[in-house]
Amino acid sequence: MNEEQIRLVILDILDKIAPDEDLSDLDDSQPFRDQMELDSMDFLDIVMELRKRYRVQIPEEDYPNLVTMDSTVTYLHPLLKDVESPA
Amino acid sequence: MTLPDESRIVLTGIGLTAPNGNSLAEYRESLLAGKSGVVPFETRYMPPTVAGVCDFEVTRHQKRKEARRGTRAGQVAVYCANEAIIDSAIDWEDFDKSRVGVYLGITEHGNVETENEIYEITQFDYDTSVWSHHHNPRTVANNPAGEVTINMKITGPHLTVGAACAAGNAGFIQGLQMLRLGEVDMAVCGGVSESSHTFGIFASFQSQGALARHEDPTKACRPFDVNRNGIVVAEGGGICTLERLSDAKARGARIYGEIVGYAMNSDATDFVLPSSTRQAECLELALQRAGLSADDIDIVSSHATATEQGDIEEAKALHKVFGDRESLAINNTKSFIGHAMGAAGALELLGNLPAFEDRIAHATINLDDLDPKIALKQLVANEPRELPKVDYILNNSFGMLGVNSVVIVKRYEA
Repeated sequence: MNEEQIRLVILDILDKIAPDEDLSDLDDSQPFRDQMELDSMDFLDIVMELRKRYRVQIPEEDYPNLVTMDSTVTYLHPLLKDVESPA
Repeated sequence: MTLPDESRIVLTGIGLTAPNGNSLAEYRESLLAGKSGVVPFETRYMPPTVAGVCDFEVTRHQKRKEARRGTRAGQVAVYCANEAIIDSAIDWEDFDKSRVGVYLGITEHGNVETENEIYEITQFDYDTSVWSHHHNPRTVANNPAGEVTINMKITGPHLTVGAACAAGNAGFIQGLQMLRLGEVDMAVCGGVSESSHTFGIFASFQSQGALARHEDPTKACRPFDVNRNGIVVAEGGGICTLERLSDAKARGARIYGEIVGYAMNSDATDFVLPSSTRQAECLELALQRAGLSADDIDIVSSHATATEQGDIEEAKALHKVFGDRESLAINNTKSFIGHAMGAAGALELLGNLPAFEDRIAHATINLDDLDPKIALKQLVANEPRELPKVDYILNNSFGMLGVNSVVIVKRYEA
């Protein structure tokens, strides 16, 4: 997956976790939690979904990389670059 | 026996979802029309079966995210509790939420989520790192009541009452007691069931030879009928607001009825098989506490689940207490909706309350051939019965491990 494909995957996961949110105007450079209702359990859902979908194990010390869309995509790209896009 | 208004506990609001109705009005209409809510049903691992399934609007009172995070029992509870508060017409916004208690009866809780998670890890070669972090908050026994408090910003006490299939009555009794103790000023109480979402309950009844089957799902649940063959599992919820009569009067509340008697006891005999002796003692104790005799009761809402022994034992208990009194009407709600487990007792009582107004005892349907071992002449078979008066309704609810409960509600006269 390239970075844009990873971004779409994250958006899909966010849509599942926070179905009441409008994600169309998400600012990729700002923290998710400043833009939507997302608590620590929701955050763990993102980690869990990535684990289930792509068998990606994200160690707890790396969680700060998942603060914004930009940082998330940057962090995940090396881990997912060889994975085929679902789309 | 006259208690002061501060000790008299009345029902002032009702919220419910049953397999044949999502409000008291809809549900009552179905009960009077003989409309079943039992449908074909498929659950994991099991051959096709039947169940009572609810179709209430989950997102009426919950955000989709909240519904996703919680449990089915939580969804049922949140829907019913909100509907009950709306129905009570209380000024909810300004009501002191620290003086509200939530007491919900459950038969079981946590099986649904545990089964789901186990299924999930089987898809990942039993890798427990995919076991959900939501598992614990979803499966703690207080979950459905706790979800209500979060959704409705209730800061008073909440708990669930585990009482097998006597739980609905037990929820009402807990609410009544907390009001009388002065612990709360309003009790949001009753019972809920998500049981149709756990295959284990179906499989266990199947193994016990107690899971109903019939080519027509609506005819599967046949209490007292000689051809009955077991239980129809159902989901649902029945929640009411209870208040002290003094408070209800002060705010001009509509009053559905007054709980004038209740009792709970234990068979202390068997895990599964009921005891007519203890059931009869429970009935007598409730009557005694209400200061009533068997002659006073107009409608008995029976517990009968359409199992061989269960129906016979309850019939024995009822006959022992009520004899052949012709003025009495005995009906059964499970014949319409199946066994809504934790919600059963609550739904069965609530569906009968409109009889205080219309004086009609709804029927027990699917009673084509009365089991000759059931010596009850008062059964309202298949068609509703109009009664000369309805002043007292008695609700039986019994459960596994020999837990018995009886609640008596009196028509309220201002």
